[in-house]
Parts: sequence; C-alpha cells; structure tokens
Amino acid sequence: MSNNNAGPVVGKRTIGGYLLSVLAWFVGFLFFFPVFWMALSGFKTEADANGPPKLFFEPTTEQFSEVTGDTTGLLSAGEAFSNSFWAVVISTFFVMVLAVPAAYALSIKPVSKWKDVLFFFISTKFLPIVAAILPLWIIARELDLLNTRLVLIILYTAMNLPLAIWMLRSFFSEVPKELIEAAQIDGAKLWGQISSVILPIVAPGLAATALLCVIFAWNEFFLAVQLNPIEGSTVPIWVTGNVSTRGNFLAKLSAASTLATLPVIIAGWMAQKRMIRGLAMGAIK
Amino acid sequence: MAEVRFDAASRIYPGTEVPAVNELNLDIADGELLVLVGPSGSGKSTALRMLAGLEFIDKGSVFINDKDVTLAPPQDRDIAMVFQNYALYPQMSVAANMGFALKQQGIPKDERRKRVEEAARILDLEPYLDRKPKNLSGGQRQRVAMGRAIVRSPQVFLMDEPLSNLDAKLRVQTRTELADLQARLGVTTVYVTHDQVEAMTMGHRVAVLDHGVLQQVARPRDLYSKPENRFVAGFIGSPAMNLVDVDATNGIAIAGGTVPFDDSVNVANQSGTVSVGVRPEHLSLVTDGTPDSIAGEVTVVEELGSEAFVHVRTKHQGDDLTLVVRDEGETSTQRGDQVSVAFTGPTHLFGADGERVGD
Repeated sequence: MSNNNAGPVVGKRTIGGYLLSVLAWFVGFLFFFPVFWMALSGFKTEADANGPPKLFFEPTTEQFSEVTGDTTGLLSAGEAFSNSFWAVVISTFFVMVLAVPAAYALSIKPVSKWKDVLFFFISTKFLPIVAAILPLWIIARELDLLNTRLVLIILYTAMNLPLAIWMLRSFFSEVPKELIEAAQIDGAKLWGQISSVILPIVAPGLAATALLCVIFAWNEFFLAVQLNPIEGSTVPIWVTGNVSTRGNFLAKLSAASTLATLPVIIAGWMAQKRMIRGLAMGAIK
Repeated sequence: MAEVRFDAASRIYPGTEVPAVNELNLDIADGELLVLVGPSGSGKSTALRMLAGLEFIDKGSVFINDKDVTLAPPQDRDIAMVFQNYALYPQMSVAANMGFALKQQGIPKDERRKRVEEAARILDLEPYLDRKPKNLSGGQRQRVAMGRAIVRSPQVFLMDEPLSNLDAKLRVQTRTELADLQARLGVTTVYVTHDQVEAMTMGHRVAVLDHGVLQQVARPRDLYSKPENRFVAGFIGSPAMNLVDVDATNGIAIAGGTVPFDDSVNVANQSGTVSVGVRPEHLSLVTDGTPDSIAGEVTVVEELGSEAFVHVRTKHQGDDLTLVVRDEGETSTQRGDQVSVAFTGPTHLFGADGERVGD
C-alpha cells in the first residue's frame, strides 16, 4: 500500500491496446445483449415481442401486471417469491453457520487428515443430481417433506455447504498466523479470536461465499420441480409456468425472467460493497 | 514483575529428529532484559514462542514466577508479545488495537480508555489513536505494537525481532528508546534478535544459541572478553574476531609469530588442531623487524573515520590467511603496502573441541 495515493496504472496506449479494448467491449456487449433483450421484451406487447425484432416500440407494463396477477389454481408470483426467499435465506444462513467452523478446522487449526476431509466434502458433488433424485424423492416422501419449504432448505444447505467450506477455507488460510497468535496472547478465547479477529478480516470472503450460495439456491430448478411441484414451489418454477401451449408467451416469459433476476442483482450489489474492501491490508508489513 | 525459568526445555518439531531447542536451561531475573541471539535456525524464536505458549514444549518445563506454565495456553500466562511484523489487527483503530487485551479481560470502557491514553502518551501515539494500522508508517506501527504490550502491564514482555522491519537509522533510535522504556517500566523482558550489535547494546545479559543449544549466557562485556567457545567468539563482535586454526604440536604460532597467552593457558598441554582467537583491536601494525610479528600485505582498508580496519594477507601453514587489524585514528596504510602485525592485547585459545582453554 505504499502508493495508495497513485491512480490506476495506465500504460501507453498502442494500436494493439486499442484493438484489445474494442474486442473487450464487443465481447462484453455480446454477453450483455441477451439480458438486455430479455428486459426489453418484458415491456413489449406479445405482438411486438413475437414479430420481427424491434428496438423502438411503445413500452407497456401490461406483461408485468399479468405475470404478477393471481389466477386461481396457479402458482402466484407472491407465493413463489416468498418460497424462494425463505429457502434461499435460511439455507444460506445454515451454510454459513456450518461452514465457518468447518473452514477453521481445515485451515487455522487443521484436524488430522484434513486433506481427506476436504476431498470428502467436494466428492459429495461428484454424483450427478439426476442420479440421486429418486432416492431423495423417496426419502422426502417417507418423511412427509414433499411440497414443503423445509425439503428445499435442507437440500440447498447440503448442496452449497461443500462449496462454501472450500471457499472459506482458502480465505481463512490467508489470515496471517501472527494475528491469531497475537489475539491468543491478548487473552482472546477461541470465539473471541474468531469473532474479533478472523471474521472481520475474511468479511469480503464471507460476502462472496454467501452471494454464491444465494445465487445457486435462487436459480436451482431441478430439485424444486421434482420435489415441490404443487406446494412450496419456487421462482424458477413460476417463471416456466408462463410457458404456454396456447398463444404467444415470449413477452410474459421475459417479464417474469426479469423479475426473477432482480433479487440476485440486488444481492450481488450489496455483497460487492463488502467484497471490494481489501483483505488484511496493513495487518503485517 | 516476574522471574522466568527454562528447565531443560526442549522442542522437537514433528517429523524432525534434531530438537529445534535442546534442553534449554535459563534463569531470567525480575526486571531483567535478556536477549536471545543466534543465527537463523538457532532456535531463539522457538525458545521465545515456547515461553509465549505458542509452541508445544516436548520435554522439560517453563516457569513464570515459580508457577509451572509448561502446559498453560498463552491466554493464561499474562505475557505480552511484540511480533516481528507487528501483527496489528487491521480492522481496528490504534486505540482498539491497544485496548483489545484489556477488553478481553473485561475491564470497563472508561478504565480502558484511560490506560490506552496513558500508553499512547508514553509512546507519542496520541494523535493517531483513531487511525487504522494501514495509515501509519512503519515506525508508528512498531510503537503501536509496543503500546499494545505495555498497556496490559504484563508479567513478561516477549519481543521477536521487533526492530528488524525498520530502516537502519530508525532502528538505532528505537533501540535506545526501547531499552529506556524497559528500564523505566522494569518489566522482565525476553528479546530475540539475530543482530549481535542489538544484543550487545540492549541486553542486561545475552544468551547465545546455535543449533538449538545454549552456548553461553553472560553480560555483554563478559561475552565479548571471555567467549566460552569458538562459536561465541566468532559470533559476537563486529568486525568478527580473527579465528585461526593452528597445529599445536610444536607451540602455537601464526604465520611465524608466536602467540602470547596469559598464565592460565598451558600451551605445552595442547595437541592437534586448536583455534586461536584475537580481536582486531588487539592486533597492531608495527615497524618491520619487531620480534614475533607477522609479515603480510594489505588487501583492503575499511576507513571509518575514527578508526580503520586493515585486512592483511599472509601465509599460514601453507594457505592464505587474512587478519583484520584495527588501526586507530586516520590510517596512512594503503592497499598493497607490506606491513607487520603484532599481538598487543589478550588472545583466546579454543581447544580441539571448540571450548575455551584457560580463564
């Protein structure tokens, strides 16, 4: 941090540099365009959305009112968002609560055979979820968990936990050893060391990990559609509910998808503010 | 206030056979500043960390104030430590860093604030109490690390090379301040350094370690004038003592010059290869033809103003040998000069086993 007053390092622009910039903008645009088009289509009438591509049209919020409106017997937007919200928030909470001590035990005070333990965690991701769905469905049925929020909370916790442990472990490993020793000598007990010294330093890592868990759980479709087709259905199921065999649905689907994307964007924006703070700057020379 | 005692304390790192610290016996008096010095890998930091409770003690015991703390965790030892890289908590202000230990002890906020401000006054840190460590200079960070230690009024201060991250000038200045602060507070201090100048200038006593074994513990003066073995003789002093291996079969002479020893050394009893040690200031450049002088050629002159160190190359037992001679005042000697060197002060003799012979 010796030159923290200096601006970003800007080299001399060359022809090659300009070409690379143009290429980067082009690739960026290519990635962003489908999202942009989706949001745009949400504001079109079905006729506009299904006709030849139009950049200029008379915008309408008709599709948004329609997809959020209640129809008896169908999954309402409010219910889907509420189900998703609780499944995501509670599962992410449990993931973080379990992953922090696990990461501590695998990095700062490693248990014996910690490498094997770490491998075990990631090995739980080897099995394709399709291969596991039948036993999962049977177990859920036997425990009366089908069509409940609880089954998704349990499965999303299990699904994200290995990833969270791996990520947090690498963040924890970067906490300077001397800081923890200093805290020990200063008289901090285990929880004091974790809460006062380690967690504040790995806060950006916690935010990044929690954000990924939120995204994965929010977007999860397969488990939700298999286990909760009637009750406890989530946003991805609600989005696909707008696919219809009768008539055009592209504008409605675009409006629903746009709404489904918003919470993740908001979560990302909130996490980003924490993530960009530097890690452990000035702790040791 | 506390006494510290190492009782045959050993640390053997898992997967190694040679102990990092081998049966260390050391008594540190109340209020003493003891310096542990040695080259890297000598076990000095390990010994300090054993006292801190950060390193497991495989054999032997460690006592603070006659209380066996061998198995006590660092939290229960009432010690404060200054780390080489300071280990300041980056997310906390200077005041919070210094008050952290007090907070852990459950001391009320007002009392904490008072003690932090008092320590800050001693260390000239008052204007910086609200800053984060990253916004401090290296010297200021060092003082915050000191402040974090003194604010607790612990039984023992432990310092692990606390000055090695400072630039040379600041290091010398801080060294003096630190020694003064320690004397004023009167807290027993164990100080680790690899720099023998730091050890000599700061320590009330200095313990020299090599390969995990305590070589000698003595006052700086005694360490310098009566090194107990060849290692200590070569390690303490700058420039280093001239150490010459000599075949003792027919008396002891270097490049034709017979070495004078004091009466406690019986030269006739020596056999095999022994080492002769003589400090640069106990050699002089003399006029040609002085009896028992060593003839040689000047290869390097290190001019320091008040003195100069003259490197003289000669032939000893068939090999090139360079002796460093201190020449007082402004020397007129130049590279290439033919000179004679004579013994003018105490000499040291180390037997074939490296141990000191005589007083």
